[in-house]
Amino acid sequence: MSSANGFSIVGKRRVRVDALSKITGQTQFADDIALPRMLFCKLLRSSLPHAEIESIDVSAARDYPGVQLILTGQDFPVEYGILPVSQDERPLCRDKVRFVGDPVAAVIAGDEQTADEALGLIEVHYRPLPTIATVQEALKPTEAPLQEYAEEGNIHRRLAYSFGDVDEALENADYVFDDTFFYEGNTHLAMEQHAAVAAADPDGRVTLWSSTQCPHYVHRALAKALEMPAAHIRVIACPNGGGFGGKTDPFNHEIVVARASMMLGRPVKICLTREEVFYCHRGRHPVSMRLRTGVTRDGKLTGMHLQTLLDGGAYGSYGIASTFYTVALAPTTYHLPRYSFQAGRVFTNKPPCGPKRGHGTPQPRFGQEIQLDKIAEKLEMDPAQFRLGIVEKPDRLTANYLKIGTIGLAECIERVVDKSGWKSKHRKLPAGKGVGIACGAYMSGAGTAIYWNKMPHSGVQIKLDRSGAVTVYCGTAEVGQGSDDVLVGLVAEVLGLEPIDIKCVTGDTDLTPVDLGSYSSRVTLMMGNAAIQAAERARALIAEALAERLETPVDHLEFAEGRVFNVADPTGGMSFREAVICAEEKHGTLVSVGSYTPPHKAGKYPGAGVGPSPTYSYSAAVVEVEVDSATGFIEISRVTIAHDVGRSLNPVLVEGQVIGGVYMGIGEALMEEHTTRRLAPKLSDALLHRNPSMLDYKSLTMHDMPEVQVEIVEHPDPNGPFGAKEAGQGPLLPIMPAIANAVYDAVGVRIDELPITPDKVLKALKLKAGGREARIGPKSFPQIDWPEPVFVLPPWEGGDGTASNKPERKRAAKMHAMDKVITP
Amino acid sequence: MMRLPPFRFHAPETLEEAAAILADKGSDAMILAGGTDLLPNMKRGQHTPKHLLTLRRISSLRDVRNGSGLSIGAGLTLTQLLSNQTIRKDYTALWQAAKVVATPQLRNMATLGGNICLDTRCNFYDQSKEWRKAINYCLKKDGDTCWVATSSKTCLAVSSTDTAPALVALGARIRLVSSAGERVIRLEDFYNNDGLDYLNRRADEILSEVILEPVSGWKSTYWKLRRRGSFDFPVLAVAVAVKFTDDGTVEDARIVLGAVASMPMLSTDAAEFLIGKKIDDEVIRETGRIAAKIARPVNNTDLDPPWRKKVIPEFIRYALREVRGDDISSLRQRVAHQSRS
Ligand SMILES: Cc1cc2nc3c(=O)[nH]c(=O)nc-3n(C[C@H](O)[C@H](O)[C@H](O)COP(=O)(O)OP(=O)(O)OC[C@H]3O[C@@H](n4cnc5c(N)ncnc54)[C@H](O)[C@@H]3O)c2cc1C
Ligand code: SF4
Repeated sequence: MSSANGFSIVGKRRVRVDALSKITGQTQFADDIALPRMLFCKLLRSSLPHAEIESIDVSAARDYPGVQLILTGQDFPVEYGILPVSQDERPLCRDKVRFVGDPVAAVIAGDEQTADEALGLIEVHYRPLPTIATVQEALKPTEAPLQEYAEEGNIHRRLAYSFGDVDEALENADYVFDDTFFYEGNTHLAMEQHAAVAAADPDGRVTLWSSTQCPHYVHRALAKALEMPAAHIRVIACPNGGGFGGKTDPFNHEIVVARASMMLGRPVKICLTREEVFYCHRGRHPVSMRLRTGVTRDGKLTGMHLQTLLDGGAYGSYGIASTFYTVALAPTTYHLPRYSFQAGRVFTNKPPCGPKRGHGTPQPRFGQEIQLDKIAEKLEMDPAQFRLGIVEKPDRLTANYLKIGTIGLAECIERVVDKSGWKSKHRKLPAGKGVGIACGAYMSGAGTAIYWNKMPHSGVQIKLDRSGAVTVYCGTAEVGQGSDDVLVGLVAEVLGLEPIDIKCVTGDTDLTPVDLGSYSSRVTLMMGNAAIQAAERARALIAEALAERLETPVDHLEFAEGRVFNVADPTGGMSFREAVICAEEKHGTLVSVGSYTPPHKAGKYPGAGVGPSPTYSYSAAVVEVEVDSATGFIEISRVTIAHDVGRSLNPVLVEGQVIGGVYMGIGEALMEEHTTRRLAPKLSDALLHRNPSMLDYKSLTMHDMPEVQVEIVEHPDPNGPFGAKEAGQGPLLPIMPAIANAVYDAVGVRIDELPITPDKVLKALKLKAGGREARIGPKSFPQIDWPEPVFVLPPWEGGDGTASNKPERKRAAKMHAMDKVITP
Repeated sequence: MMRLPPFRFHAPETLEEAAAILADKGSDAMILAGGTDLLPNMKRGQHTPKHLLTLRRISSLRDVRNGSGLSIGAGLTLTQLLSNQTIRKDYTALWQAAKVVATPQLRNMATLGGNICLDTRCNFYDQSKEWRKAINYCLKKDGDTCWVATSSKTCLAVSSTDTAPALVALGARIRLVSSAGERVIRLEDFYNNDGLDYLNRRADEILSEVILEPVSGWKSTYWKLRRRGSFDFPVLAVAVAVKFTDDGTVEDARIVLGAVASMPMLSTDAAEFLIGKKIDDEVIRETGRIAAKIARPVNNTDLDPPWRKKVIPEFIRYALREVRGDDISSLRQRVAHQSRS
């Protein structure tokens, strides 16, 4: 029966539906698939960072016993890419290679060993091109840009926007804080390495099983790259052994095995080595940042100008979106009367960056939350109290026209302050120990799809029949986050069943309605809303039939505990199965569908599509550290984190996501570095991944994980399924800056760049001892020619969300008195 | 997945049989113990032996014998070694070192002999063949430049074994067996400070056992510097063994640094300085300074080399404080991610 919150399943601590098959090793991941007559594929990858391919001689490899097929770039005339504006990838490079690891040829053989051996027989002749190793090198003019379509030289793209007159806002501030930060790149490090199996059928169609977060986007990319109707392609997303954004691009190896399978008429499999996964990358961009923020004496923000510069690596990937995300979400947490930004991305000869958990937002969040700590200190305010004073209010637009729904940020701050003992610790712990606080916000799904269209973002279909069986279908991919459990749980809630009574089929483009994929924390909200709609429609079909049979008004019927009955007579009625039979008798074969399309965005300026979300999640964290002053080692003693998840559908899953976010955040803060090694340029052009292995790419082990206290905060949002928001990405955001702020509290040094390694702490301590500025971080932000900003008036200055570069509009902005602007 | 290159597999039942195979195949053969070092290296093409000879069937190599001291078979796994109470009690440094090798799963396979013979390590070398091809290889294997120090004529790959520094500090000797006979040498004489040619081992020799002297009056400890609480090789190891007289004066001492050169480095200067003194704070400070001089960390491991150099004296001091009897277990936990026992 329904519990205190009015739900029977929602909010209950439940073992997730796929737990047992996972912990008993029975879940079939892509690499577990073995089909009769299956062949194996290996890719030859570029050993040069930047070069023209002059020729490829595959004859010796083709003659190698056991080799079935060799493919090169000549076999793939069509380019593809995740974003319509950056179709810059080929399954195998044809003219040029752009980083060490770029694939140039594929060998398909009877076994992996043979394929691997044959790779060594392929001879590629390259003409080396200059290596672009750093952002500084990328900003220089060049005759031979990495990508022809770059905006200028190796500058992929530059953005400039101004929401109100920020210069004026800074002039009118009592203080202006000007800080620079650097956030090193890092990668997802999902446990499962990417794998894919393709099987052509005799009629010329093909099926691809893959460890992908986005079967729909892979489907589209395959259709394009293989020049085939999408209707002849089936993509099945196997359960992923973690994704974190690393499996959201369509990948070259997926397209290669699909083509190979069609050419050979046999299934073809590929499983990448861990090293190759590092080359797929699409991880966190290294970002340089500068934040200029105006603040009044009493602790209100007047405006902020944010600059970001991203090192994108060799390809576009999600890069344009990533660039927007480094600037779009900054105004969602605290009230910012005016806001402007300049953001750019460059190409370098490195594995391409893309989306990783928090996509583009952890970097500026790191800068912003440290800067707030500095501001609070200057204003002699408690950093938690200071933040409480500027928290954004619910149900309003931000300066850049993002619509905030419910916002539990203040409660998150209060909860972590309370539970961590903040008040008795901040600036009060003995030397070497310290606490730091920081906050964050994240989208619950991007309001716009990757490609422009007016169709739903998520579709759910439910099939019921006389057996009483309920099967629910959705195109989502279970990447470990628990989406299958959310899907089943919501349908069970609406139909009054238990999760075990419902089967789900997900991530299969032949069987399931389209869902855009497991990215941008969109699944619970979008799939969830579609699932509720489909389930309510199924319930309505049954209720209609039952109302007739039981001669009861429809709205007197209740679905609970596997039964359907009149609320006035709970012992009457019938079992769910009998009810379905009744409905099948009345309606014929039973099926229902639901779909979800996000609300329209409020901004109408070009570029307003990046940032809007149906609702935003909020988090706050207090981290306690102990810093060893002799070595600079940082030990995280405790993390207290609160997360506004709107409504916690299954608290076990929410806590799992939050703790996972904390884990990943500590790794990014203290050790993870996805970097390259440049050899002495006089002797070599080489530029290689520094540590493409799980041993040498350092991330936390369980020994390094502190105790985490999770506080779930629920501010249900009308746009969420039963009010739910996301939990997969947001909780990561406060961790890195909270650690930096805690280090400052512990030993009085500012480390304004990630990762915070012991050598940096020791250097800063030395500076401090020498009476110098105790700070490690970038001294300046790179010099760039920015375009004229797109000017948009904030909502409270009479703006309507459209862009205008007309001078009178700007002047209108100036006429508003600043104090009105600050607290409208 | 990464695949092993082809090889012939031999599984002799006795040491004599094994020695005969080695004598026959010479440098075409390699010894396989737990394989936790050799097999990944073979997958990366660092070694391509035509013959692999496993020692697993030779049960005598797993014997631990108590005599005047202790003799430990080279084939003993580190997990087995850790369950030996004599080692735990009397040869603390060895026990502590074995405890922090790699991960529990790896220690179940890894042997003491394999740990002693562990290949030297370098970030330019411990990479796949494709990766190394992209730098045109290096001096240690298939190339002619050392990328760590381009003017260097020798390889600077790092001795990264945990147990060897501890064993050298404990004055261990080893027995090497071949068809031609056998010899017993001090462990420190087994090593060369050359990343390429790091072992004084003839291709036909099998390391059969480690021989430890009796311990009366000796105290020892092992400190390991690494990034994380598991998994990682040392980027610095400090093994200290001190023999005290009844009044706490140092009668004899051995201070060994690991992972700062191509072999475990014994600081005779520091030992000389310590002998005859009582370990007070000033002596600890000075010993740290003296012993650290033998270390030359270069940029081919994890963590920043200047920083590594800076913390070496600190780690030596921690170890000395511990053998003196200070309880610094919480510091040990925090900076070395190591519990005391
Ligand atoms: C992820 C990872 C982390 C690791 N971390 C550590 C660490 O922290 N510290 C550490 O010390 N090691 C570490 N290792 C290395 C390795 O696991 C250990 O050194 C282990 O003890 C090696 O023993 P083995 O029996 O597996 O050796 P094998 O791999 O079988 O052999 C290693 C070498 O020794 C030779 N050899 C073995 N036995 C004999 C013998 N009896 N006589 C002559 N030659 C012999 C072999 O021919 C080979 O050259 C790590 C390895 C991995 C994969
Ligand atoms: S130290 Fe030099 S020669 Fe030795 S492995 Fe490293 S790069 Fe190669």
